[in-house]
This record gives sequence, C-alpha cells and structure tokens, in this order.
Amino acid sequence: MPPSSWSVLDFEKPIAELDDQIAEIKRLTAEQGEDRSDDIAVLEADRDRLIEEVFANLTPWDKTLLARHPKRPYTLDYVRAIFDDYTELYGDRLFADDHAMIGGIATLDERQVMFVGQQKGRDLKERQYRNFGSAKPEGYRKALRLMKIAAKFARPVICFVDTPAADVSVGAEERGISEAIARNMMEMSVLGTPIVVVVVGEGGSGGAIGLGVGDRVLMMEHSIYSVIPPEGCAAIIWRDAAKAKEAADALKLTAQGALELGMIDEVIAEPLGGAHRNVEAAARNVKAAIIKCLDELEKLSVPKLLDKRYKKFRSMGAFAEPAPEVVES
Amino acid sequence: MTPAPWFGRKAKAARKTARQSVDALPDGLWAKCPTCGEILFNKELDKNLRVCNKCGYHYKLSAAERLSMLVDDGTFEEMDANLTTVNVLHIPEYDEKLAKWRANTGLEDAIVTGTGEIDGRKVVLGVLDFNFWAGTMGGVVGERVVRAMEYAIDSNLPVIMFIASGGIRVTEGLPGLMQMAKTAAACAKLHKAGVPYIVVLTDNSLAGVLGSYGSLGDFTISEPGLLMGLTADRVAKQAQVIDVPKNFRRAEFALEHGQIDRIVSRRELKSTLVKLLQFCRGEEEEDAA
Repeated sequence: MPPSSWSVLDFEKPIAELDDQIAEIKRLTAEQGEDRSDDIAVLEADRDRLIEEVFANLTPWDKTLLARHPKRPYTLDYVRAIFDDYTELYGDRLFADDHAMIGGIATLDERQVMFVGQQKGRDLKERQYRNFGSAKPEGYRKALRLMKIAAKFARPVICFVDTPAADVSVGAEERGISEAIARNMMEMSVLGTPIVVVVVGEGGSGGAIGLGVGDRVLMMEHSIYSVIPPEGCAAIIWRDAAKAKEAADALKLTAQGALELGMIDEVIAEPLGGAHRNVEAAARNVKAAIIKCLDELEKLSVPKLLDKRYKKFRSMGAFAEPAPEVVES
Repeated sequence: MTPAPWFGRKAKAARKTARQSVDALPDGLWAKCPTCGEILFNKELDKNLRVCNKCGYHYKLSAAERLSMLVDDGTFEEMDANLTTVNVLHIPEYDEKLAKWRANTGLEDAIVTGTGEIDGRKVVLGVLDFNFWAGTMGGVVGERVVRAMEYAIDSNLPVIMFIASGGIRVTEGLPGLMQMAKTAAACAKLHKAGVPYIVVLTDNSLAGVLGSYGSLGDFTISEPGLLMGLTADRVAKQAQVIDVPKNFRRAEFALEHGQIDRIVSRRELKSTLVKLLQFCRGEEEEDAA
C-alpha cells in the first residue's frame, strides 16, 4: 500500500488531519498510560460530523476520484469478505489467462455461485500484473466460459465491475476485443440463470457493459458508470481535457445519476467516508444486497427471468415517438 | 517562357497552389481523393460507385447513396421514420448540434432502417450514415436497429446491417452505452429465430457499434481499407505510444487476424450479398415465405 499521504484526496485532507490527531493521542495514551478517552471521543465525533458534511456535498467529479481511490477496496477485497469459500478458476481455453479478469466458484452463505469480475492492482507491480483492471479478449471469454458453466448447473452468476476500460492494445485488437465484448452481452442476455451485477468502482464504458448484462445491476454509493471517462468526454465535447469536472456533471455518471436515469436497480450504501474507510462494513452491505436480489430472482422460472432481462435492456435509451402524421385521403 | 520547374521549392509551391485551387472549386464538380490526392471528376466517381480509380479508396457513402446502389429501384420502404432524438442528459447545445446535422444530411438521426429488395430478395436493412454525427449510436439508432431486427424475426426476413460509426454518442451518456446491450440482446433473438444476419463494415467501424451488433452477424464482410477497432480514432491515437503494426485497425489487419469473413470491393458487394442470402435461404424457401 502506498504511503497514506499519497492516497488522500483533497477533500479528504481535513478528515485525514483529524484522523492523524486521533491516532497521535491514542499512541500517547498507550505510551504514557494517561486516560484521554474523552478527548478522543470528542475528536471522533468532530471527525464524523466533518465527514458527513464533506460527503453530503460531493460533486460527480469528487465521486469519480473516490471511485478511483487508491485505497478503495478492489474486487478481491470484497470476495474475501463476502464469500465463505472462493476457488479461482483460470483461462479462456483459447489463448491465455487474463489477470485483469478473475473468476471462480464461491459459497455465498448456503448458495453455490459463480463469481467473475475485473481486478485492479494496488502497487505498481500489481497494477501492471492486473493491467490496471483492463481486460483483454481472453478475459471476457474466460468470464463467458465460467458463466456458461454456471448456467449448465443452474448456479447464479455474480459479476463485479471495476475497470477504467477494456484493453485496446495491439494484441487485444488482433484477438477481437470488440467481438469478445459483443458476444458476452449477447450470450449474457440469454444465459439461463440469475445474474447480479455490482459496479464496485469504475464502470468504464464497453469494458463494463461487457460484463454488465444482468437481471439486477447495482452500484456502490461512490462508484461511477460511464460511456466515456470524463476526461475523454471533455476532450471530445469541449476539446479540452481540463474540463473533466464539467463533463462529470453532464454525464450523470454517479450511482445516483444512473439510478435517476433508470439504468440501474439499486444503490448500495457505503460506510461513512467511503468504502475504503471500512471495507468490512461495505462488504456486508454488498452481500446483503446480492442475497436480496437472488432471493427475488430465484423465484422466477428461467423463461420468465430471460423475458424480464430482455425487456429490461430493451427499454433503455432515449427517443421520442410522435404519432405518425395521418394523411387524409 | 521558362518551363515550369519539376523539382525544388518553386515546384512544390506550384503543386500546392494547384491543389488549393482544386479545393477552392465549387462543390460538386471535382473531388480530391483523401488517400492518394488524385483529382477526380465527381460524375466519373459516381459511375465508379464512389471508388477512386487510381488507388481504390472507397469514399464514405450517405445512407441514401448506399441504398440507391444496392436496393432494387422503388422497393425501399423506410421503417420507424417518426422516431426522434431526445437530449436525455440536457447537454447544452445538443439540440443546436442535432439541428446542424439534420440540416446537413436531411436525416433525423444517424441510421435509416427499412425493407427493400436486393435482386428481388426482400431483406430488412439498416444503414448508418457517417455524415450524421459520425454515425454515432444513441437512443434512436439503438431503437431503430432493435425494431428492425424484431420486425425481421416476425416476418422471417434476413437482416443486413451497414456499419459506419465512430461509436456510442457520448452526449447520450449511460443510456447511450446501454444501446450496446440492447442491440446485442436483439441479435441473440435473431440467431435463436434462425434469421440470417449479415454485417457489412464500412469506413469507420469503431467502438460501441463494432463492439455490439456490428460484431454479431452470421457473416461479416468489409469494404477495403476501412478503419475498425474498439476505440474511437482520437482516443486510440492518444493511447498508442508504441510502434503499431502496418495496417493496424484496418480491414486488412482484421482479415489477417481472423476477425472478418471477407474483404469485398464495392463493385462486388451486391453479388456477394446475393450469394450469402442464397446460401441462407434457397429459392424454394423464398417462395414459401
């Protein structure tokens, strides 16, 4: 993990200062045996009030930074906390194993589930190993392979989305990254088992939707889901990447924006100050949300489930349909 | 009189002036090939299906030009022409931009869908028009594609989709992105119903459109030389820091790497489509339908 000073966002700085003070007093308490629990309680109350204040006024750009926070829990952090048992399975059987896309069988309380998701890396070495969470065609094909196994044995599929974008290197284009994403969406739309998608961090464009066709699509409170990163959007619309803040506003890329647009089903609450301040609590919320979805979805027959899934995505997108003009004869 | 110089600065300047004077000519009479620079007489270019007779560059076609080249005269019937575009994210100046594209192209949005006959065979067609906002897919394009596919399933007609797109229209945000899932899901229905689906890639075939219904045909054929790949051109240029192979993200590169069935020149496009349609549906079935 990088030093804490690297991974504090600007709006988190006053919070981090209080955190440091509290830690310092606690250290002194331990060293000198002095009881200063009253001071600590006061400071902690101050800090929580401050967090509430700061987090009540987050802009979409702040949320974008939170979704990409270097301390934010990544897919495997949730996997460890949510599942009792997780056995990773590797490879697409065609070309390679993609380290940016992980998957395997897992136990969710009494359920057996198939899990797939993008994985980012924490330090420089790990980031390179995980290709910054950008999956290649083999990653999407591995995910689809595992999902099909799940459908064969009537196990539900859980997808975690956390990717800046799909990989578009020369190799990815050579092996058909467009086809891999397109096929995943097509096959997922008819996969005969419940699919729950959770956007835990960044939902980056085609890279996200390639894993995003589910019966329920949930987003963490401070995650984003966007057709294009705000920097790129600013470059296209205003020809100025520095206008990313405006672009983040306009794109409605926050979980709350996506819910308002009707593109997702539910926002999962994060603990005070964001998931990175209490990973366990965040994971508990994710787990409860997934179980609630599965309880509902497993009541449906497979044809009914697929019909609803088709209609869900069929209804997305904006257009108007004025009645055709009646031609009087 | 001294003859015009062939080499050197003066000659270069003279050539530049000549080129500029062509650029300055009134629209519609002459065209300059964007790849080889050849000056082409527009009428000749039209006769040659808008392919440069020197280097073989395939000009981008409007939806109307494409349909008139391909579909039997008088058989095309447009579908869902009444759908109109909505500024879902309330992006400033979106409506002004739309108005500009509409005025320039005479289209409501970037795709024309409908039914028509190709050598007497009735098909459902979707033709993207790159002149309309780079053929980007938003709510109207997604809805028209899906309705065309659903119509094809209901009436048991083959589908041919022409791709010419820079990707998803970013000003439509997440609902725009969801058109990828929406059209891909419709492709699943199409295949399940046994409906033939042919994709024709034309310049440019990029990003979210290639990454959804543009990659899901039974057959994928491509015009020569076109640009195709998962990222929009500007983004890709930004990201390419290493040396890229020759022809990277061109049709020839895609063919070499097994991503498309065939590269077909515009002159042979119609006959190739007829062959593919014949393979999917014999004459007997046509009559029965």
